[in-house]
Amino acid sequence: MPDTPGASLSRAIPANGNSILYGYWRALSAVVWKDLAAELRSRELLSSMLVFALLVILIFNFALELDAKARANVTSGVLWVTFTFAGTLGLNRSMAVEKDRGCLDGLLLAPVDRSAIYFGKALGNLIFMLVVEAIVLPVYSVLYNTNLFLPGLLLIILLGSIGYVAVGTLLASMAVQTRTRDVLLPILLFPVVIPVVIAAVKGSSGFLQAIPMDEIMPWINLLVVYDVIFTAVAFMVFDYVVEE
Amino acid sequence: MESKPAILKILDGLTVILLVVATGLVFFYAPEEAVMGQVQRVFYFHVAAGWVGMLGFLVAAVAGIIYLRSGRHNWDIVGLSAVEIGMIFAFINIVTGSIWARPIWNTWWTWDPRLTTATIMELIYAAYLMLRQGIEDADRRARFGAVYAIVGFLSVPLTFFSARLFRTIHPVVIGTNQPGAEGSFDMTPRMLQTFLFSLLTFTFIFADLLWHRIRLGKLAEKVEQLKLREV
Repeated sequence: MPDTPGASLSRAIPANGNSILYGYWRALSAVVWKDLAAELRSRELLSSMLVFALLVILIFNFALELDAKARANVTSGVLWVTFTFAGTLGLNRSMAVEKDRGCLDGLLLAPVDRSAIYFGKALGNLIFMLVVEAIVLPVYSVLYNTNLFLPGLLLIILLGSIGYVAVGTLLASMAVQTRTRDVLLPILLFPVVIPVVIAAVKGSSGFLQAIPMDEIMPWINLLVVYDVIFTAVAFMVFDYVVEE
Repeated sequence: MESKPAILKILDGLTVILLVVATGLVFFYAPEEAVMGQVQRVFYFHVAAGWVGMLGFLVAAVAGIIYLRSGRHNWDIVGLSAVEIGMIFAFINIVTGSIWARPIWNTWWTWDPRLTTATIMELIYAAYLMLRQGIEDADRRARFGAVYAIVGFLSVPLTFFSARLFRTIHPVVIGTNQPGAEGSFDMTPRMLQTFLFSLLTFTFIFADLLWHRIRLGKLAEKVEQLKLREV
């Protein structure tokens, strides 16, 4: 970390609200920065997520006969299944790396609030997921000649990814500490994350089919409620998940 | 292990009597429903089993919160016991529902919000059991189980709500009915009495089973400790 002196300085300042918040932010961004730097050097997580995502779309192409008529109805479903599966891959990998090389223990030893580690990891995962989505969307648009760059659709994708990653990061940090870790994450995650998938699919297809806004709003509200509830819950229970 | 407490023996007896009386009420006291006929009688135990399922999952989530706050191992046993009982009764709920749906909806299964939610709920708690199986360390198993019981329980109403934004055909016997529900009916006083009695009976069954299962859990723990001592 290039900014260690700053971090210790902020701890030396008498604890008023601002400096606590500042220290928290520094810890959080250090975790994110570490994940991004590691990824920039190895590129193993993003590349595997991306190739996997494109393969899923390819399989759907043959499984569903994505002709012009079918596309209008199933595009949002295909997109979200792709994001969900690719996301699992990324979540598993991002926590497994911490566990395997003992990095998690090092992170836990750091004198920072544990929830800063959670938010750091979640933010990192969110960035990876958004990068994958940012590449998949134009590729899908070109391959199937549909315009996916609607502001509403992008909002849904952002909200859906936040909810997915909020729960996913928590559950992935549990899954990697079990015997059956690679198999377990999707089994733990999918039933809990179904409200996000339903709302995101319906919301996305609403925007793609230009349905009136007041019919899409309930789905957006649902996504926001889910994001808020599960970020808060994960924030509260993360301590117990990493405790030794 | 202390011998079976007297109150538990009384509870056992009372539960058996209640179940016999409830069965009698369902078949002989409650009137036959005019449109649906005999198959409507499944309703009393169907709703009661669903209630026990939800109660079990609620107890598991509350036990999870208490365990995380207190760290007392007994609450972990309570949580696991409640999940196991909840799963069985939620399954009974689904099966009795299917038996009713075959003649009334003309299908065993449909992706109605309640049916969808019930299925996903079963899957959540199946995942709960698999999570526990994958962890050897008892302390960590209890912590993860508690966390997942809380997260899973919180997601159930959201799943229900999201599935409900689709159109529903499931009848709502208590409270206002949605347009388009098929197979609904109004309860006569006798039906209501039978229904409430079934709910009471199943709540007793839940309490009784939970108590037995907790005792079993404590015994299992003792056996484990004895095994460790041998090694």
